[in-house]
Amino acid sequence: MIKEHSKMQTKGRGRLRAMTWSVLFIVISAMVLPTASYLISSDTAFAQVSNDENQRANFWRAVRQGAVGYSAVSGVESGVFINNGGQNWRQMRNGIIATYGGWSVIGAPISILVFYLIRGKIRVGAKKSGLTVPRWQTWERIMHWYTAVLFVILAITGLSLLFGRVVLIPVLGAKGFSLWASLSINTHNVVGPFFSIGVFAMLLFWIKNNIPNATDIKWLTSGGGIIGNTHSSAGKANGGEKIWYWIVILVGLLAVCGTGLALIGWVAQWGIGDSTRATMQYMYQIHAIAAIIWIIVFFGHVYIGTIGTEGVLQGMITGRVSTEWAKQHHDLWYEDVKDQAEQVQSNLPSGTETHNLTN
Amino acid sequence: MARMKFLCDAERCIECNGCVTACKNEHEVPWGVNRRRVITLGDGEIGEKSISVACMHCTDAPCAAVCPVDCFYTTDEGIVLHDKDLCIGCGYCFYACPFGAPQYPQQDAFGVRGKMDKCTFCAGGPVADNSPEETEKYGRNRIAEGKLPLCAEMCSTKALIAGDGDMVSDIYRERILKRGGRPQTWGWETAYNKTS
Ligand code: SF4
Ligand code: SF4
Repeated sequence: MIKEHSKMQTKGRGRLRAMTWSVLFIVISAMVLPTASYLISSDTAFAQVSNDENQRANFWRAVRQGAVGYSAVSGVESGVFINNGGQNWRQMRNGIIATYGGWSVIGAPISILVFYLIRGKIRVGAKKSGLTVPRWQTWERIMHWYTAVLFVILAITGLSLLFGRVVLIPVLGAKGFSLWASLSINTHNVVGPFFSIGVFAMLLFWIKNNIPNATDIKWLTSGGGIIGNTHSSAGKANGGEKIWYWIVILVGLLAVCGTGLALIGWVAQWGIGDSTRATMQYMYQIHAIAAIIWIIVFFGHVYIGTIGTEGVLQGMITGRVSTEWAKQHHDLWYEDVKDQAEQVQSNLPSGTETHNLTN
Repeated sequence: MARMKFLCDAERCIECNGCVTACKNEHEVPWGVNRRRVITLGDGEIGEKSISVACMHCTDAPCAAVCPVDCFYTTDEGIVLHDKDLCIGCGYCFYACPFGAPQYPQQDAFGVRGKMDKCTFCAGGPVADNSPEETEKYGRNRIAEGKLPLCAEMCSTKALIAGDGDMVSDIYRERILKRGGRPQTWGWETAYNKTS
């Protein structure tokens, strides 16, 4: 019995040992065998083909990476095989810029209209005395309207080029839109530089009105009179006007006018940068995105300057604003100009009898 | 229906510029405009490689996607053509095209470029086949006459082949089989008995 038992025990132990070894063998093989391919491969002709020798692959890799070769044909980047930025540019322009840009340009006026319906026009609170103070000189108004008219022309022609294919071809037909698009691009390219001069003039002549200061912060934190009914203090330009001014300078002059001049090849002619496709693709994207931002903010500017606030437009047309308006919107500035208050029929600039009521 | 394709065999192209000259002569394209060009990588060095590049008549053509006046169209043979009467010379197709195919006759002070010109696969444009107007604007229409593009017909080494995509790939496949697929057994090295 005992002998029988120990025999069975030995048999069982032997099986256990065999099993352990087999499992170990499998595990080790599973880990070691795949690495063995390194040993084998380093010895074959296949593995000896390094990248240096694989000329076919090297050639096409270089081609694909936009390598520049020699070409007997002269022309813009005629030695470049593949223009790699093209597909990105296509996707940016036809995708992100056209989609988000398009909806923003439609959405902005709608939101402004909704805001107007809720908020209504900001009126001049005090009773009108008929006294006015000079706000904008003649040259300032000329500068403003010159730039404004050109802005509208550029916005319409620019938007036509980006969205015309979707929006205008169904309306005008292929031939009709082609004529309009041709007129648009030529107008856009010629008007652009003249417009840039106007914006540059604003940078020079209006910067002194638009240096940010502590009053602006207070103006902004109190909602600037647009939200709520508080009348915050402001100098000649309030916080909101200063923001608009700096958007015009930074987004407008730098990002839109600068890239625009690059796109018609002027910047490269001045010796800055080049006119390669990569440059043009980047310039185009900055130009389009910044221009759409500018157009959206422009809608806000137009709203505040016309139906949004009483008396603003009159200032930019006649150059004079009522003393009540000045006190309400630009109290600090009013202190400076109240000496010049006159009884002027501001909408009849000349030939009207005026009484000097300076006190 | 055949789908037309170009293929340039970089292992055969010897940069003779015969295709460029043939095209320019056949279509009498303006000064400064070249519908086809040959590019050489490592020019003058041992192992230099050249290929002839023109419009590749893309299936999902980037030029057509970005054209603001939508003047491109693809023929039944898969040839990408454009309507010069609609083109406004904006240059967008040139920004988008992977191969630098679109060309412009001018570049003026205000970014005016004139009507875009590109390879038509010798298939003219949207006006009547081989009418004087078509020849004037787009060059000759060899496809309408049952002929293939002149650049490929003229190619001295038959590096540039053009025609139905299936036949082009059959020819190329046959060449590859003869050469062998191994990277070290191709091109000039093989021809000059260089062993690697
Ligand atoms: S012009 Fe360029 S993008 Fe258009 S089909 Fe030809 S190769 Fe393709
Ligand atoms: S240059 Fe002519 S063909 Fe090219 S995208 Fe502009 S309008 Fe279209």
